[in-house]
Amino acid sequence: MSSIPHDHAAGHGHDEHAHHPSGIMRWITTTNHKDIGTLYLWFSFIMFLAGGTLALTIRSELFHPGMQLVDPEFFNSLTTLHGLIMIFGAIMPAAVGFANWQVPMMIGAPDMAFARLNNWSFWLLPFAAALLISSFFVPGGAAAGGWTLYAPLSVQAGMGMDMTIFAIHIMGASSIMGSINIITTILNLRAPGMTLMKMPLFVWTWLITAYLLIAVMPVLAGTVTMLLTDRHFGTSFFNAAGGGDPVMFQHIFWFFGHPEVYIMILPAFGIVSTILPTFSRKPLFGYASMVYATASIAILSFLVWAHHMFTVGMPAAGQLFFMYMTMLIAVPTGVKVFNWLATMWKGSMTFETPMLFAIGFIFLFTMGGFTGLVLAITPVDIQLQDTYYVVAHFHYVLVAGSLFAFFGGIYYWLPKWSGKMYDEKLGKIHFWASMITFNVTFFPMHFLGLAGMPRRVADYPAQFTDWNEVATIGAFGFGLSQILFLYIVLKALRFGAPAPARPWEGADTLEWTVPSPAPYHTFETPPAVS
Amino acid sequence: MRRKGARVCLSAKSNAQSGDLAAKLVLQGSAVSALALAPAAAHAERQYNLQDPVTPIATQIFDLHTYIMWICVVIFIGVFSVMFYSIFAHRKSKGHQAAQFHENTLVEVVWTIIPFLILLFMAFPATKTILAMKDASAPDMTIKVTGYQWKWSYDYLDHGFGFYSNLSTPYQQIYGSEAKGDHYLLEVDNPLVVPAGKKVRVLITANDVIHSWSVPAFGVKQDAIPGFVRDSWFKAEKPGIYRGQCSELCGKEHGFMPIVVEVKAPDDYAKWLDEHKKQAAAAADDPNKVWDQRELLARGEKIFTANCAACHQANGKGVPGAFPALDGSPVVNGPKDGQIKTVLNGVVKNGQPTAMVPWRNTLSDVDIAAVITYTRNSWGNHTGEAIQPSEVKADRG
Repeated sequence: MSSIPHDHAAGHGHDEHAHHPSGIMRWITTTNHKDIGTLYLWFSFIMFLAGGTLALTIRSELFHPGMQLVDPEFFNSLTTLHGLIMIFGAIMPAAVGFANWQVPMMIGAPDMAFARLNNWSFWLLPFAAALLISSFFVPGGAAAGGWTLYAPLSVQAGMGMDMTIFAIHIMGASSIMGSINIITTILNLRAPGMTLMKMPLFVWTWLITAYLLIAVMPVLAGTVTMLLTDRHFGTSFFNAAGGGDPVMFQHIFWFFGHPEVYIMILPAFGIVSTILPTFSRKPLFGYASMVYATASIAILSFLVWAHHMFTVGMPAAGQLFFMYMTMLIAVPTGVKVFNWLATMWKGSMTFETPMLFAIGFIFLFTMGGFTGLVLAITPVDIQLQDTYYVVAHFHYVLVAGSLFAFFGGIYYWLPKWSGKMYDEKLGKIHFWASMITFNVTFFPMHFLGLAGMPRRVADYPAQFTDWNEVATIGAFGFGLSQILFLYIVLKALRFGAPAPARPWEGADTLEWTVPSPAPYHTFETPPAVS
Repeated sequence: MRRKGARVCLSAKSNAQSGDLAAKLVLQGSAVSALALAPAAAHAERQYNLQDPVTPIATQIFDLHTYIMWICVVIFIGVFSVMFYSIFAHRKSKGHQAAQFHENTLVEVVWTIIPFLILLFMAFPATKTILAMKDASAPDMTIKVTGYQWKWSYDYLDHGFGFYSNLSTPYQQIYGSEAKGDHYLLEVDNPLVVPAGKKVRVLITANDVIHSWSVPAFGVKQDAIPGFVRDSWFKAEKPGIYRGQCSELCGKEHGFMPIVVEVKAPDDYAKWLDEHKKQAAAAADDPNKVWDQRELLARGEKIFTANCAACHQANGKGVPGAFPALDGSPVVNGPKDGQIKTVLNGVVKNGQPTAMVPWRNTLSDVDIAAVITYTRNSWGNHTGEAIQPSEVKADRG
């Protein structure tokens, strides 16, 4: 059945905006950017719970030294799938969900440029996720080489690795199609008068993210394909005995992997840059420099990949180059943080839940930035490489960074999306519970890493016991806090008070000019942008 | 080159040179007590910072980290006191009116340039340390370190001997049926022994997958890459026992292949070296000896525990779906040539090596004969055979 908007062959419309099938077929055949945004966001939340369950199993095993719950090989599968599910299943699709809902509404476009491609980009994901998760149940178990899939360890693994490789191919295809769609939408469907430098910063960050995705997802697909042919077709890309090089895998992987870090954080920057001016009742400070800083971060992200590999043994010149480049990223990142502070400075601030998450983001992301700077210093990195310090660092930038910004974004736009207000008091409890338990979980990992506890170990020497206990307790608290989040969202959808068109006093982007909930089709006639 | 674990030597020569044995038991005993009494006892000591450095490089790294941490702390306090002041003072509930400024070129240029200058002050000492770390020239001695799934081996290239270093924490401690010892998961049967005050260059490689040889107190962490040799170096200034762990995910037993380095005063080291060289020479097995089954079984069990049990399990049942069972296996109960060749050459599937690696270069004929005899006469396998080293030698081809 065709679902192009306004195709009357689809028949049985219920009102003038809903010429689409109902029930489950509505969601399967939808080409509406709002429906697809909703699908992305729910999908990512389910993946977030799945990845979280794996994380809590990991933390349970690590509560005490000794092997208690799982065997070491299964433990390795847990860490591997936790990483893959959270990155490719939770964070990235959530960001695309925000883009689907917000990019057309913020630029005054009626929908995404390629509506059917949009449907396909989403519906590939559940199949990829099913492939990934069902690999737990095949002989040999799920992939257990870490989410980085380093060769030659991943050449040894069973068929769970092949399923992971195919899942990555499918998710990569989805990301590339989604990115083409976002870029085309932004470049072609802006309302008249909305020049590039008038776009909301969230749209800018996604434009740059989409370019990063198109640049690096094929690189990841290429390297996992080389892994696949090494595994099954007798090639020796990563096997020294056949003329290959195991370290080449790492170079190619991290050429994808470092831009990937910014793929996960740039949309979060965009969300924070939207929330802060609203609740400070003051325009974003340094809009132009924010755009340039985002672009500089994106360009530099292609020149720093080997800082993930300082211990493989590279020449001094290589270590120096990648150290200097990595340190340089601190400059545009610092500019962003200063701009956010200057936006708050002399504003007229209120602290609703989205604002709390945005401030929490700045505070904790900056701490993750500092540990990133420590890790950029090659000699110090060599001490800390593959220890829990690194685990702490990237959870500060990805959980307290991306995830907190996404929570803020959900609270911020939920009234627009659903037409219902969430419970402000519960939202604040969710923020404080997440903020505290996050730090209880991950702050002690800095100490563990400094003291030398390696990451990805199923068991550890006894002197690391007490901080591991603390981290495990924190992790369960953090997990429970997210159940509260689910409750808050469901309660708002069902019982929430009706939301006005513009529930936030300081909000001034285009989406707040349409009623709440946003009609199924918005901006069929482009708005006037001054 | 042949490498022999000290443990293996003890049982191997019980008949031939029993006079030597007593001496070696004493040596073994003193090593064990030294491990137990090590001053660097880490148990239950909570730590917030990098381990105490014992090499000049580790000291530089320690100081560099402290220096950068302080810079970060100062920036942190500066930036967040501004933020929290603003949160406190510029709130609507206090009636603060929003200003409408949204750019200031001078301020923006300043906060781009100042961080850049701060970075220069960080990069300068870091560069000096990198160049110092990379200078592995003029070592006093060289040791080759090889990573295996899941153990290390150390070859004293200047002296022509070497040995394996296996985790010595008993399985009972790991699985909770025994109390955990002081050096749980950080103890090995044969530590690497080096002299204090000498520049030791380590050549690092791996046999199967990537491992990483790491001793935090030395400031050394170098990935061990199969098919490539990388190097690192250290000059430990203080005798003692220093511990680290494999720092690159290398499969199932990644958390169970620690690194222990014993730094001895030069005199003690010379004594140790002398003993070890003699021991290595004595450990060479007489190629013409005919072994009886009892000897082979005793030696085979040790070889099995050290090399095979991680995958095939101590009870021979393997791990279903990942590592095949030996108990009742058609290979183990079939023609002995078939099993000997499997152990010598490993198992290759679709042109790729599997976790069953070739053992021809890592185990001697006697070791292979012993371990095969053991598997063919353990658990539910009762072939009653004793495989002779000469049969293994014949199958090496």
